[in-house]
Amino acid sequence: MALGTPESDQRGLRESNPGLRAVIVCSLTIVLMAVDSRSEMLIDVRRLLAAAAYPVQVLIDSPVAVGRWLGESLATRSQLSTENAALRQQILEQSGQLQRLASLAKENARLRALLESTAKISDRVLVTEIMSVDMNPFRHRVIVNKGTDDDVFVGQALIDADGVVGQITRDRVFSAEAILITDAEHALPVEILRNRLRSIAVGSGQLDQLSLPFLPRNADVVVGDLLVTSGLGGTFPAGYPVGTITAVNSTTGEPFLDVTARPQARLNRIREVLLIWPGDPMPIEAESEAPVQGAPGPAADATAAAEVSP
Amino acid sequence: MSRRPSAVWPVWFVLLGAAALMSLPLPDSLALVRPALATMAVIYWTMMWPARFGLAAAWLVGLTLDVLQGDILGQHALALTVIAYITLRFHLQIRIFPLWQLTGAVFALLALEAFIHFWIDGVAGNPPAGPGRWTQVLAGGILWPVVMAIMDRVRERLERRDPSFG
Repeated sequence: MALGTPESDQRGLRESNPGLRAVIVCSLTIVLMAVDSRSEMLIDVRRLLAAAAYPVQVLIDSPVAVGRWLGESLATRSQLSTENAALRQQILEQSGQLQRLASLAKENARLRALLESTAKISDRVLVTEIMSVDMNPFRHRVIVNKGTDDDVFVGQALIDADGVVGQITRDRVFSAEAILITDAEHALPVEILRNRLRSIAVGSGQLDQLSLPFLPRNADVVVGDLLVTSGLGGTFPAGYPVGTITAVNSTTGEPFLDVTARPQARLNRIREVLLIWPGDPMPIEAESEAPVQGAPGPAADATAAAEVSP
Repeated sequence: MSRRPSAVWPVWFVLLGAAALMSLPLPDSLALVRPALATMAVIYWTMMWPARFGLAAAWLVGLTLDVLQGDILGQHALALTVIAYITLRFHLQIRIFPLWQLTGAVFALLALEAFIHFWIDGVAGNPPAGPGRWTQVLAGGILWPVVMAIMDRVRERLERRDPSFG
């Protein structure tokens, strides 16, 4: 092994004084961390660095993406026709339910107009994919493959076919970072669908569990209750399913119940998710929803929010 | 010594590749034992080629990790700079250690890195990472001989091509 001459190494190191340099670099790094975690000053720097890292993330994601593409391309005819039949049946059932939804939405809009309150009937959605890239292994963070290029904004809600997934935390040009509702730093305002009891669902750090720490001991909550977003706080539009109560424990002497819920969205196996623009009607439905648009509230808010975040 | 600076690019490739591998998707069970490859690469090259790879390289690899993993900018950079400094300070001693002693030293360095992250999480108000942080240290210690064997290959090839290295 040619380890080199210790003398030359030592001379080089002594000249550059690594101890002093280490102290200077560490102090500057601590300042950098303080600035980054306590202020918004570095937001553009971060966006630039994240854009530089995007090709690497695409590269890491590519084996999984290629695998999926191969799986789709090499599927047999019978598999495809079975899947096609199942999807046809599903779309028939759902469009049957949607026929009633349209008339109910109109009725709701009329009643709300009588009450002179604004209505949030339809939300614009966009399908996006979660990239197969692990972020910090101890947080529930993901990267989605749509960014400011598609009007994604910080705080935007993410849902999947079953329920709420999370929200966008950092937007970039072609991708965005999102936090899942089960991250220990995340909390979202919910209500119980059965009796509209409001609470906060806090992430537990486990992908299959949410906790509701602020329900008083006499709260009317039972196992199996469905939690939906309450719309308070303004980040998540109201009425999307969040989770199902799995356990209600009351400990003597504790002021609050110990309630846990299981997220509706299958957070550990999702790939496709939907980004929501609240109160911003789908382009196709724009014509039929025109009367509702008369109330300027929500749509204007949504576009304003989209514009605020660059 | 820096006659052909372009010839060190394979090492940069290894260092940044190790950082990128940290965000390779793993199933939940395996993610608990994901070794800190970037830290081990930084330790190796700082120990073997201290005149070329030191604090600056460690800081850059750390910043790459911060960006890739979405952490506070500087979290990994700080931890890796500290690790690189300690490795630099003791590189003459530890690189002649027998393998088992070297593995012990690397294990201690990985544990120190995990502790720095633990400390930064505490100060920044992030939720604690739980036991996963320490099982990763264990996995890193166990995998060190393998990582070292791979890096030795790279280093020997580079040194054969250009004897002025080392």
